[in-house]
Amino acid sequence: MIPKTESELAECVAGAQGALRIQGGGTRDIGVPVAGAVLSTAGLSDVSLYEPGALTVVAAAGTPLSEVEATLAAEGQRLAFEPMDHCGLLGGQGASTIGGVVAANVSGPRRIQGGACRDSLLGVRFVDGMGRVLKNGGRVMKNVTGYDLVKLMAGSWGTLGVLTEVSLKVQAVPEAMGCILVNGLSDVDAVSAMSAALGSPYDISGAAHAPSGVDGHPVTMIRVEGLETSVAYRAAKLTNLLAQFGGEVVVERDSMKVAAGWAWVRDVTLMQGGRGDVWRISVKPSEGPNVVAKLRETHPNISVLYDWGGGLVWVQVPQGTDVRAVEFAGHATLIRGSEKTRSILPVFQSESAPLAALSQGIREKFDPRGILNPGLMG
Amino acid sequence: MDMPTPNPEVLAKKAHIVARLKAVLPADAVIYEEAETRAYECDALTAYRCPPLAVVLPASTEEVVAILKVCHAETVPVVPRGAGTSLAGGSMPTADSVILGVARMTEVLEADFANRFIRVQTGRTNLSVSGAVEEQDFFYAPDPSSQLACAIAGNIAMNSGGAHCLKYGVTTNNLLGVTMVTMEGEVVEIGGAHLDAGGLDLLGVICGSEGQLGVVTEATLRILPKPEGARPVLMGFDSNEVAGQCVSDIIKSGILPVAIEFMDRPCIRATEAFAGAGYPDCEALLIVEVEGSDEEIDAQLERILTIARTHNPVGLRESTSADESARIWLGRKSAFGAMGQINDYMCLDGTIPVSQLPLVLRRIGEMSKDYGLDVGNVFHAGDGNMHPLILFDANKPGDLEKCEAFGADILRLCVEVGGCLTGEHGVGIEKRDLMVDQYLPEDLDIQMAVKDVFDPKWLLNPAKVFPLTASETRRMAAE
Ligand SMILES: Cc1cc2nc3c(=O)[nH]c(=O)nc-3n(C[C@H](O)[C@H](O)[C@H](O)COP(=O)(O)OP(=O)(O)OC[C@H]3O[C@@H](n4cnc5c(N)ncnc54)[C@H](O)[C@@H]3O)c2cc1C
Repeated sequence: MIPKTESELAECVAGAQGALRIQGGGTRDIGVPVAGAVLSTAGLSDVSLYEPGALTVVAAAGTPLSEVEATLAAEGQRLAFEPMDHCGLLGGQGASTIGGVVAANVSGPRRIQGGACRDSLLGVRFVDGMGRVLKNGGRVMKNVTGYDLVKLMAGSWGTLGVLTEVSLKVQAVPEAMGCILVNGLSDVDAVSAMSAALGSPYDISGAAHAPSGVDGHPVTMIRVEGLETSVAYRAAKLTNLLAQFGGEVVVERDSMKVAAGWAWVRDVTLMQGGRGDVWRISVKPSEGPNVVAKLRETHPNISVLYDWGGGLVWVQVPQGTDVRAVEFAGHATLIRGSEKTRSILPVFQSESAPLAALSQGIREKFDPRGILNPGLMG
Repeated sequence: MDMPTPNPEVLAKKAHIVARLKAVLPADAVIYEEAETRAYECDALTAYRCPPLAVVLPASTEEVVAILKVCHAETVPVVPRGAGTSLAGGSMPTADSVILGVARMTEVLEADFANRFIRVQTGRTNLSVSGAVEEQDFFYAPDPSSQLACAIAGNIAMNSGGAHCLKYGVTTNNLLGVTMVTMEGEVVEIGGAHLDAGGLDLLGVICGSEGQLGVVTEATLRILPKPEGARPVLMGFDSNEVAGQCVSDIIKSGILPVAIEFMDRPCIRATEAFAGAGYPDCEALLIVEVEGSDEEIDAQLERILTIARTHNPVGLRESTSADESARIWLGRKSAFGAMGQINDYMCLDGTIPVSQLPLVLRRIGEMSKDYGLDVGNVFHAGDGNMHPLILFDANKPGDLEKCEAFGADILRLCVEVGGCLTGEHGVGIEKRDLMVDQYLPEDLDIQMAVKDVFDPKWLLNPAKVFPLTASETRRMAAE
């Protein structure tokens, strides 16, 4: 089903006899596989309102992400949360939609500074499991009118409702950017270096570490963005600050190269084309290297990428490995896994009993018949 | 303001309820004498008052659990309270309710600078959270003007903002986790020191739920390194349109000020008379503040001033010292006090798309004439969050009602132009009945359904947020 309007979509849901598999661009085959009729939002595609002077954009859920980004770029603006393109990692094809990005709360390296997708999301319209068209939030930057179901819909993976329209806060593309690279650090030292940078007043917009970077050696990357004066000033300050960690410090000021480097982090290029399962682990930054060290005890050759100053750990492990066997405070999500892994291991971290009961209660209210991506989140 | 009739059964068994509460709490943590409960009869929306049945002041999550189990078993409504600075009546009691105040829960539980978070008990005041991390050059970003008094508990419940949220976001963007006790007395841990939820984002729902979903006892908050410095610039304009255009141009230019504050003529005149900050006498005034090192600030201000000059300002004042910066902020910071000198005032909090600023200010001016009540506008212009202050005389019969009608008209106008009823103060009782202007019945129904999940008996702060007629069946079912 590819409805052309919101009300058609609502009719599709209201009239559904069984489970529906909600699809945007179909580029994110993540979660427990769902059997059901495909309901696509691709027919709802339109940037319906864009006010650069108010930093807001409103788009129908099926609008390709690339179209939203191109619209913004024409005015020198962008999405603050830097969403990744999952096609490379998952080997998929097609075009990611803005609704899919929101439903999966996809947030890239700038999450640590500009917030997650949910933080940029100002309002939603969606169709619940009974086919009711609902809205929450709006298109203004500050809004505490009633409960914030906007955040709830972000990252609900189509299990609470089918998004039909999203409004987002955007930001101006800064005039300059730079990347301070530290070569040769151990994971632990790299996280310390990133913590030092993130604890400095230099307004870091990205902090990542690859134990084995493009050339096979460890590289730690710190990004700054802003006016030319600022970037030059902060790059110099950070160079001094980071020297104490022992690695060789280099400043990259070629914007194309900086952008390419961060796209490499954002899209987890390191693990593209690989054969193992790929997990995304969210912990407090200092915990990142511990989790990895424990995983390496049984799997010495896993490939690893730290983002968010160490707080987001991407690991590629042999198929079927349960990374949660290592204990940590946080959560792990299986992003790329064989159907087999996805059927034996929970894709999303299971929650404590009281939390799970609340989540379940909410699902029953939003989708009493249990037809929207049933079971996708476990 | 209508409030539901207090449940006579609850009123009748006051002694029994108090006895049960005393059995689970230290003696000085239960207040029930009429003379003492009066201290809790209202919050900062002082037009509405009602002493509660009793007040409890727990010191730990365990005590909160014990209290809620008693109240749940006895079917007593509970109104959570932080510092009582809500401007929306969020913490106003009903006669049959127990006020659960977290004011004694002020501990810092953990401060972690490498991982940039702090965990506190929620009775701690907003400013003292920053105070606890200041020596290490960190701060907690959301900074409501009430930050000296208001508690993190209330900040979370109202999703409070502040002057600097243009750059740093509001409470929800800086909240990593909470310990919450449900009405049934169950402790739920949500989030933690890591970023973003694994499952559904319940933290996002708790924040801003106005004490209706659970009692938040502990919070993990993101802390940030202090900027090297900050400096404001003041600019005056001949018309609101031009000032509004200047705001848009600054925002579009790619510079991200930490604050863009706006004041209109009535407000400028009132603050001048009150504080004498030396503001130009003009139609509209902007204060724009940027952060960074000295040279970074210079570079940003140069851009901002260049933009401002294209709009023919009637006054531009740069700061070259901490003293001058303080003087620029002086008028803005004393705006509420200045208006209060003139008369009683009601402070509104609607948000509008920035592009609608001139239209909305013009309409407010027209309505002010129609109602015969003066109004001053002071607000966070960068994000469109307006604070019209309507002056009225509380001792003059009918004036409060007239002021409320005027306020409601302004808020409806905010919704009409694409904005919302409240940007940071919350709905409480104040805007409860206007919710139908922003949301359709089914939009309210799905929100109430969320409350059904967390608090099936509708005992937590039940008469707030939703129009009484909309929530009636649900509230009645509980009794
Ligand atoms: C002079 C002045 C200036 C202000 N400036 C600003 C401003 O700049 N920005 C802004 O956003 N607000 C502002 N406010 C409004 C107010 O200060 C905020 O809403 C604040 O967050 C309320 O905090 P509180 O601790 O006083 O909460 P209270 O008034 O005690 O309670 C507020 C709400 O929180 C709930 N609550 C309290 N404790 C808990 C808990 N433990 N668990 C669950 N729910 C709870 C209550 O039930 C109520 O609904 C201002 C108020 C005043 C008087």
